[in-house]
Amino acid sequence: MSVIEDHTPYEEVRISSAMPGDYFALLKPRVMSLVVFTALVGLLVAPGSIDPVLGAVSILCIAIGAGASGALNMWYDADIDAIMSRTASRPIPSGKITRQEALGFGLFLSAFSVITFGLAINWFAAFLLAFTIFYYAVVYSMWLKRATPQNIVIGGAAGAFPPMIGWAAVTGSVSLESVVLFAIIFIWTPPHFWALALFKAEDYKRAAIPMMPNVAGEASTKKQILAYSLVVAPLGVSPWMLGFASIAYGVIAAAFGVAFVWFAYRVFKMDEADRKMLPAKKLFGFSILYLFVLYASLMVEALLPKVTALLGMV
Amino acid sequence: MSMSEELETITLTEEQAKSRRSRNIAIGLVCGGLVVLFYVMTWVKFGEAMLAKTG
Repeated sequence: MSVIEDHTPYEEVRISSAMPGDYFALLKPRVMSLVVFTALVGLLVAPGSIDPVLGAVSILCIAIGAGASGALNMWYDADIDAIMSRTASRPIPSGKITRQEALGFGLFLSAFSVITFGLAINWFAAFLLAFTIFYYAVVYSMWLKRATPQNIVIGGAAGAFPPMIGWAAVTGSVSLESVVLFAIIFIWTPPHFWALALFKAEDYKRAAIPMMPNVAGEASTKKQILAYSLVVAPLGVSPWMLGFASIAYGVIAAAFGVAFVWFAYRVFKMDEADRKMLPAKKLFGFSILYLFVLYASLMVEALLPKVTALLGMV
Repeated sequence: MSMSEELETITLTEEQAKSRRSRNIAIGLVCGGLVVLFYVMTWVKFGEAMLAKTG
């Protein structure tokens, strides 16, 4: 038996008091739920079929991969998370989990999700998942976020990949349809985030993150929000125009697209002196509903024939 | 240091002991879940081929 004589004083030994829920919080469950939802839509809309068990494994892997990238983001951004009111209660700034623990957790989950996805489903989809984790953790978190006001424009791709991964899990490839599913989220991201950045500008300023309102000013941000909304509205209808969604979807997407532009216009006309920024808050809330309704409609359309067939068998 | 001499150890606070127990249970459940998941996954992917070989 050997005894290390050079003791570390007990005061310096850190014993974790983190609960499992704190580790779960590292996975950004709210972002994860959006990822699961959009990936599921990609998986259901894709032509062909996948065994339900393997479909569930695909979604699980994508969810864990998304969670892993969230943990890596929190590891890297712990310093600025501590400054911003929205993120100060996250597990690292609140002292429940150390940065090293979050890094190890994120790296382990990344490797686990990608390898399991590759072995169980296909390596092309696994590659897309690995690329998405890399894109969010390295390209967005480490490189773009603190460097350019275009951070969430380019970085938004990370949040747009999940339906493409779901599609690739079934087909083993990407196609125009999956690119459209990607593009809707990609173009939707800037007006969604800039609406938030408008009424959280002080937070971002304190943390020295170059969000668009802090760099280009409110007027320019409002113009850009309106411009992006004018692109996202017709893009939202394109699944119907391209023939992989019904006219019912087209009508819903068109109506919600018009509403999106209307909310963006209200932000555009928002008075500079308006510090409550209700129009920006409303646009932020509506943008979430918009994406949910579009993807839920696609999901219902994809599920309807399958449910009808099942009922027919009974 | 003699073997009989008592080693000074760390005594966990109630909170630390509780969180450690919770983490252990969570890890146990996750490991158990993974065993089931990989078992089912293997059957779904290779079950038919395995049955055809043995049958």
